[in-house]
Amino acid sequence: MQELLTFTIIGLSTGAIYAVVASGLVVTYTTSGIFNLAHGATGMLAAFTYWQLRFDWDLPAPIALFITLFVLCPLFGIVTERFVMRGLQGTSEVVRLSVTVALFAFMIGLANWIWPSDSSREAFTKFFEGNTVSIGGINISWHKLITFGCAILVAIVLRLLLFRTRMGVAMRAVVDDRALTELNGGRPDRVAMFAWSLSAMLAGLAGILLAGEQQLNIEPLVLLVINAYAAAIIGRLKNLPMTFAGAAVLGLLDAYYLQFSDKSWFPQSIMGFGISGMRASIPTIVLFIALLARPQSRLRAGVVRIREQNKVPAWSTSLLGAVSLIAIVVAISGMLTRSNTLLLLNGFTFAIVALSLVPLTGYAGQMSLAPLTFAGLGAIAMSKLPGDGNLLTLIAAVVIVALVGALVALPAIRLSGIYLALSTAAFAVLVTKLVFNQKQTFMSGNISVPVLDIPFIEINTPRGRLILASIAFSVLGLGVVAIRRSRLGRRLIALKDSPAAAATLGMSLTRTKLAAFAISAGIAACAGALSGDKVSPQQYDFTQSLPIVLLTVVGGVGTVGGALFGGLMLGGNSVLATVVPTLKNVTKILPGTIGVTLGRNPSGAANQIADAYRSLANRWNLLVFAAAGAIVIWILDAQYVISHWAFFIAGVFWILAVTPNLVGIMQATKTRRIIASIYLGIGVIVAISIDWDNAVDSTGKRLIALVLLIALFGVGAQRVAENAPRIHRSSPDVIGLTKDFTDEELDHAERELGVVL
Amino acid sequence: MSLLEVRGVMVRFGGVMAIGGVDLDVQAGEVTGLIGPNGAGKTTLFNVISGMQEPTAGSVHVSGVDVTNEAPHRRAKRGLARTFQRLELFSSLTVRDNVRVAAELAALTNIDETVDNLLEKVGVSDLAEQTAGDLPTGSARLVEIARALATGPRLLLLDEPASGLDEAESDRLGVLLHELTADGLGVLLVEHDMSLVMHVCDRIFVLDLGFIIANGTPHEIQHDPKVLHAYLGAPS
Repeated sequence: MQELLTFTIIGLSTGAIYAVVASGLVVTYTTSGIFNLAHGATGMLAAFTYWQLRFDWDLPAPIALFITLFVLCPLFGIVTERFVMRGLQGTSEVVRLSVTVALFAFMIGLANWIWPSDSSREAFTKFFEGNTVSIGGINISWHKLITFGCAILVAIVLRLLLFRTRMGVAMRAVVDDRALTELNGGRPDRVAMFAWSLSAMLAGLAGILLAGEQQLNIEPLVLLVINAYAAAIIGRLKNLPMTFAGAAVLGLLDAYYLQFSDKSWFPQSIMGFGISGMRASIPTIVLFIALLARPQSRLRAGVVRIREQNKVPAWSTSLLGAVSLIAIVVAISGMLTRSNTLLLLNGFTFAIVALSLVPLTGYAGQMSLAPLTFAGLGAIAMSKLPGDGNLLTLIAAVVIVALVGALVALPAIRLSGIYLALSTAAFAVLVTKLVFNQKQTFMSGNISVPVLDIPFIEINTPRGRLILASIAFSVLGLGVVAIRRSRLGRRLIALKDSPAAAATLGMSLTRTKLAAFAISAGIAACAGALSGDKVSPQQYDFTQSLPIVLLTVVGGVGTVGGALFGGLMLGGNSVLATVVPTLKNVTKILPGTIGVTLGRNPSGAANQIADAYRSLANRWNLLVFAAAGAIVIWILDAQYVISHWAFFIAGVFWILAVTPNLVGIMQATKTRRIIASIYLGIGVIVAISIDWDNAVDSTGKRLIALVLLIALFGVGAQRVAENAPRIHRSSPDVIGLTKDFTDEELDHAERELGVVL
Repeated sequence: MSLLEVRGVMVRFGGVMAIGGVDLDVQAGEVTGLIGPNGAGKTTLFNVISGMQEPTAGSVHVSGVDVTNEAPHRRAKRGLARTFQRLELFSSLTVRDNVRVAAELAALTNIDETVDNLLEKVGVSDLAEQTAGDLPTGSARLVEIARALATGPRLLLLDEPASGLDEAESDRLGVLLHELTADGLGVLLVEHDMSLVMHVCDRIFVLDLGFIIANGTPHEIQHDPKVLHAYLGAPS
């Protein structure tokens, strides 16, 4: 009995921490509609900051706490809201979620960079370490008491804040109707800023309390948020008392499991599967159940207005793209070193995984955070199935994983939006913990996946595998194009654009979603099944999926080109890390940094460039200019005026940075046109004139310089040429109240009000 | 037997009564109007009929079959189609593809021909290749009607189809409704444009604060004191 009581107290104190985290999630979700996946990472960062101040720099605890919680956390919240989240009004759920994923990746990268794991670092001690208090014969540490106190304090403060203060009322008003609040003189932006600051403080508090119990480790601190998700979902993302109750239940479950797992009667394995990963899986299982217990998401009209748009891909361009991709890979793979070949191969594997998101997320608008999990299952199936990697094995592996995908989706299919995304995350975590980390699946830490066995063709070199991967991507890509052009493709888009309309027209949403999930899982399975090498479970870990999802959305999840772009970008990132070790830390935060720019360009980068080329198509003068420039660069190379490297870099710069900007520059005002032109001109001259072969001593550095060149001059010129400020689209009846109308806004308002044709 | 029979439908949102027990019939070959002040519960009733909202009590029959517990897509297969007050076009598809999706869902045989005919019929043929999200409200409403018709419905629910239409388009809509009912289609029309309603409807139901307060021919409705009271607040 005594023991049970002890564990109850332990459980409640863990629950108190979950409650604090979860209430922060609820605060931001209700005020800005953004479900912040990076919430746990915020707490982690705060815990590290506190450690730095308190234990490394030896500041007194109150001062360190004050600086962390009341200065840095609010500041972080304000910056996040102002520069990342504010641009996301009116974007789709997919984009909004991806941006928080980006933030998540960014913060993990940052923490890894600043505080590399180091066993000799100062310990993170509890508050009043060693002091205990005895209540009813049970010793409770002061730290636990403080944790309880904090949770109760947070509950009281939130209650008072939301119901008794002006800001609280404004917060609740914004939740109800943002546009109306704005009309009535409320300032939603300020309210959102306040909410994000408050949320960061809550995350920080929880992070510090938890670090006291569990020490500083990035992963548990970040995954803390999964437990908090479960609590927040039990509270339906808006009910704070229910959230607190959910948190308590989670804490207790964890503590009781800990207590009972020591007992002799407790099974050590179930059907041959070890249960070592079980304790860590409890919150995820609760999350899964809480999600499934949610009522069927209701069909509602008039919900989302999605900004991003992609054209139907034409067969001719798609075929041309596929053939040239293979041709380019065949051509350059002969020149690559073995390690570079492997890196590019890696990029293509990522690209196939990214491709799996195109029909699911891009077309059907269903977010999945588990693409790599399906790739991992594909790898396992390929290695375990008989046939030693022949084509039939591959097909069987793909079919099996596609079925698993559909099976997993089946219970989750009633959900939509973030709830669906979270359930895929829960699935990924469970598979990672309970399947991938099992001795039976990955014996001795890795398995070898047989190379695809094609009759008469021997593929045993990295180059062969690279070419195979590029062919696989092209074929699958054409398949995805075929889907988009088919009946099914139109249905997937219909599902994304308006589930309500699709259902009332006779479409079974469940069947369409199942098809999307099965197709997606099948494509991802190919990526794993074709790896043709030793693979380890770490490669398919849930956290590894996040950068892929992220960069695919950045590249443009609605198009095959976007998937290629996203995959290669991720591959390129690891190239950076290996080629230039000094940049290793930058590569940790790169995907996240790229991702947070999404608010500006929701359709993705590839789409933006493609759009620019499309608008170029009927302007002959500009086309001639672009072609002439390319020819000049080529002649310079052919005449040995510039080196091959200068040719390559200037050429890529011309294609990716200069040409797409031409139309924009021509449309800009005169001054802007001149400045932008000079800008691009400098870029070209720099690209041509640098002695790339000697001044820059490695391929990697040259590539980085190229990226920098494009980022600096290409994007710079684009910004200069962009005349109009960004359109702030809150609601047509609000525009013009706080500032003057721009032409775009007038246009938009008239369209929205239906007064123009 | 009526094409649509709504019996005792009630909808509560928490403590709020949105619809308090509605009986309503739509006959094949007729346009039935459903009018009422804002907030009367018209759209909620549409949602109940099309299956997007579960009623707290009551039943919905289509051609004598009880569909109260059927999912929206099953009701569509029984010949029910609707448009939306706040437009719900598939905004990233072209106008043609919007209509085509619906025709494909109805498993028609000559899809291309049907789609062309429907675009022609509602008068948006020249917009066929435009992206639906770029359309002005008036054209978008017409496309929604074409899309609903592409499922080959027996009963069409139109939620404020004339708002955002100019006068010529509105007249054209009236003509279209006559043509459609002449083919045996039943139409339930929610609309604030009273001249259109009085002009095209064979029978009108008046909904106020969740209850049907009157029903009858346009002439009867125009002279019903209860209706005048609901609309104008004049003492009855």
